[in-house]
Amino acid sequence: MSTAQNIYTVSQVNNYVKRLLDGDEALSRIYVRGEISNYKRYPSGHHYFTLKDEQGAIRSVLFRGSAARLRFQPDNGMKVIAFGRVTLFPRDGSYQLYVDALTPDGVGELTIAFEQLKARLEAEGLFDPAHKKPIPRMPGTVGIITSSAGAAVHDMMRILGERWPLTQVKLLGVRVQGPEAPDEIAGAIAYANRWQVADVLIVGRGGGSLEDLWAFNDERVARAIYASALPVISAVGHEPDVTISDFVADLRAATPSNAAELAVPDRLEVSAALTSLRERLLRTQTLRLRRERDRLERCRSARSLRDPMAPVNDARLALDYSVRRLAAAQERSLHAQRERLSALTAALDAMSPLKVLARGYTVTERDGALLSSVKQVELLDQLQVRFYDGTVQCTVNQIKE
Amino acid sequence: MAAKKKTFEESMLRLEEIVARLEKGEATLEESMKLFEEGTKLSAACAAQLDAAEQKVWKLTKGPDGAPVAQRMEE
Repeated sequence: MSTAQNIYTVSQVNNYVKRLLDGDEALSRIYVRGEISNYKRYPSGHHYFTLKDEQGAIRSVLFRGSAARLRFQPDNGMKVIAFGRVTLFPRDGSYQLYVDALTPDGVGELTIAFEQLKARLEAEGLFDPAHKKPIPRMPGTVGIITSSAGAAVHDMMRILGERWPLTQVKLLGVRVQGPEAPDEIAGAIAYANRWQVADVLIVGRGGGSLEDLWAFNDERVARAIYASALPVISAVGHEPDVTISDFVADLRAATPSNAAELAVPDRLEVSAALTSLRERLLRTQTLRLRRERDRLERCRSARSLRDPMAPVNDARLALDYSVRRLAAAQERSLHAQRERLSALTAALDAMSPLKVLARGYTVTERDGALLSSVKQVELLDQLQVRFYDGTVQCTVNQIKE
Repeated sequence: MAAKKKTFEESMLRLEEIVARLEKGEATLEESMKLFEEGTKLSAACAAQLDAAEQKVWKLTKGPDGAPVAQRMEE
């Protein structure tokens, strides 16, 4: 384009620029950081958007094949790093970024996908504490859903055996990473429920990269855990690793070993508790028996039990006393009557005419009739004169007035 | 249910209940003797169970009819 005289068509210019751009090594494999705006999904499966920063913008396109590989949902305002090539779109003469891969800027795309799934499932209620089932205190059988090859399964079996050998362990071996893992894990959870193989399930795996643990962030696994009627303990990776399974599970264990500890009690602790119960049982009942014996002793030492005839004797004494009092009362009453009688007799006696006669007086009668005046008497009357000790017969031969 | 053998946990719960009742001292002497006897038996049975326990590990595989087949695993 050094000759000013030449005249070119629009297409010639566009093609020339396109060749320039396509030939540039730097532009053919380029990472571009920017913020998404105007994001549109077309029915064709291609995604169109604009990447921009404070000063400028680049139109970008994500073809269907690349769009299908996305692990997160790009959205307006999201800061991303796009990888692709810059080329010109001759139809409108503007250049574009053809994006092969899109990654959230600052956080990994897995992190974004994780946050999005987490938000969605949480909104749906899959993490609801009210839905969480209690973990049995002493499960008869623990079902472990994990890889039968890893160290995790051996750690878990060892700890379960040491802590609580009463529990049987049932292992359902599954793949825990790779594209088949989510379906296998979800399938094993459903299977364990279908056949009721255990009282509690431990679902998990040992540590690994975020990618390795990804199956436990899969929606299928999350829904299988949620649907499980058997309580589920999630046991994925190391302490800082948190997966969607952890949120849905009834109990989250930091590690598989920790899950084994949470699933069963410690034999030593239970043994100590048992010993203490036994001692309390014995002590309580010993005290109880001693108390009852004391009570019995108190009753037995009471007088009524020691001398059963006592009340009878008491009654007899009371009766005797009453009888005595009755007799005395009667005696007193008789005595009084006797006194009274003798007083009356004495009074009567004092009044007796015989008594007067005894003092020398006499009574004069004629034919049984008492005479009290000489005027009743005539000469030669036959009179009886009564003395205290007898009667004389007299004849009146003189009357004096 | 009554005929079913108690699990370890059921035995422990019953034992705890018995001790609590005895400690309250509200049972009659006859009841308390019965409870004491039951508690003694339970605690002996639990201790024996603990002492004798030996863990069994099974690997489950799907049988031809889909039902789980348990295969003994040695740690």
